[in-house]
Amino acid sequence: MARTRAKPAIARAQAPPYVPLRGHPLNEEEFRGQVGSTAWAPRLEYAWDAGVAISRFLDGLRQGKIYGVRCRRCGRTVTPPRAFCELDFKPMDEWVELLDTGTINTFSICYVTWDMKPLRVPQIPAVIEIDGTSPRVGFLHLVGGVRGRTVTEIRRQVRAGLPVRAVWKPPAKREGAITDILYFEPVRKRTKK
Amino acid sequence: MKRKPTRRVAVIGAGLSLFMRRALDTGKELAYYAASQALQTAGIRLKDIQAVVMATAPDAFDGVHMKGEWLLDGAGGVGKPYLRAYVGGGSGVFSIISGWMMVASGVFDLVLVVAEEKMSSCQPHPQGAFLTIFDHIIERPLGPNLLWIFSLEQQRYMAAYGIRNEDIALVSVKNKHNALAHPAAQVAAQLTVKDILDSDVVAWPVHRLMVSPISDGAAAVVLASEQVARRLSDRPIWIQGVGWCLDTSYWGNRDLAYPRYVEKAAWMAYEMAGVTEPRKQIHVAEPYDPFAYKELHHLEGLQLADRGQAPEDLARGRFDRTGELPSCPSGGLMGVGNPIAAAGLMKVCELFWQLRREAGARQVPGNPERGVAQAWGDLMQIGTVAVLGVR
Repeated sequence: MARTRAKPAIARAQAPPYVPLRGHPLNEEEFRGQVGSTAWAPRLEYAWDAGVAISRFLDGLRQGKIYGVRCRRCGRTVTPPRAFCELDFKPMDEWVELLDTGTINTFSICYVTWDMKPLRVPQIPAVIEIDGTSPRVGFLHLVGGVRGRTVTEIRRQVRAGLPVRAVWKPPAKREGAITDILYFEPVRKRTKK
Repeated sequence: MKRKPTRRVAVIGAGLSLFMRRALDTGKELAYYAASQALQTAGIRLKDIQAVVMATAPDAFDGVHMKGEWLLDGAGGVGKPYLRAYVGGGSGVFSIISGWMMVASGVFDLVLVVAEEKMSSCQPHPQGAFLTIFDHIIERPLGPNLLWIFSLEQQRYMAAYGIRNEDIALVSVKNKHNALAHPAAQVAAQLTVKDILDSDVVAWPVHRLMVSPISDGAAAVVLASEQVARRLSDRPIWIQGVGWCLDTSYWGNRDLAYPRYVEKAAWMAYEMAGVTEPRKQIHVAEPYDPFAYKELHHLEGLQLADRGQAPEDLARGRFDRTGELPSCPSGGLMGVGNPIAAAGLMKVCELFWQLRREAGARQVPGNPERGVAQAWGDLMQIGTVAVLGVR
């Protein structure tokens, strides 16, 4: 339905631009049949440097700690850490060890891969506001430890404003990466720490 | 924005190609169709054009590095001062801002602005081109895709103001309906809120029919200085104000419920245009709608609705083509299609036709004298705004 080109005769006759529009639409079959096309698959590899601030953040993750930095000028405490405050343009070198708990600012339940293949078990990406930062400061991660696969089942357990706690990889398996935190799970009783 | 530019700039011609899921035509060919049509309606030839602006989004769509240079020939830029304007999804409206700067500065009198996008080349899915917009160290290992950030933003918007998905689905209904009257439209349809919410959940709360399609297409406009515009056109449409603004790339550090950067860009454009009360002084709007919720989000950022109130305004028909403030009378990206850079400039083309009262079956009632077009993009980061008017 959504892919159908609409051709209401009346509207077409009196809508601008008044000259016939040009273009040669192909259907799926013609396209897959490689009509008038040619293919190429790129292969490139990159080795990225983590930088001054994120290197230390990653070292922290390896030790099971979430670091933030504080700007002496504006007083914001933020994570992921950065070498300079992007608002004040001053060094951000006061390091703060944050808690590994936080609050779900927003989340989604994603049922497709980037190339639109269905996922049987959905991913639950979320922005987690980390405890100890300034308000509304967090980063992208995943929510886990949730039963069920349907929107209804998951929404029963996950909501904006929900307290969560990081679930870490065992220390021996950590590699100094964001994935050293496996996911954030809902906190039922907030007693520890 | 205290200073006002002294040299006025007008749009005197506009052109489009068809918007299609897959075009046999190359990007150059599409650009040529739109550009030549814009020149024709302005009544000028390519040799009259002194400079060219080309907007086209990621190189990764085409697999051609520096594709602005590659597309030069289709944009009519050979042997001329040529600029590629590129700010992701914001590029379409940024292209006219760039062209405006060239004319307002007094350097040129006639500038051709072309926007082209051919997304279909990118296999297996053009969303792959966006995998690299995420931070390579702290985000990409989590496996994010583009749908994540939009669904996260929509959910934040819904949670902050208590908005229901039914309210947002209504944007798809309105825009796909409006597009039935658009000759370039790719995904025009008469649907109900139920149809939208019955479509697959791709990334809750986003359903398939709340996402704009993959598209190939092009759009173009001709810009002229005041003196030249008055000589060439009996109904020039003036660019009264432009604005743009970017927010931090640390997108997890800001409140996604409200696009502050769109508000800043809008006020820059409104102040330049002498608009103090946007809701009274703007008669037709073309906010950027790549996802259904984005139109509402942007109407709020553009100061055309109270924060969190746009869904209610939509439900009572305020943004219908015959409503108090028609929004996306073209059919927008949700209905006409979303060849990224071209979709933004298509919105400027729509204002051109609406303000000249040439929009035929799509014409908004009354005598619209001023409209606003807006585009958005990068990491939910940029707002580009242009205010156009009849005087």
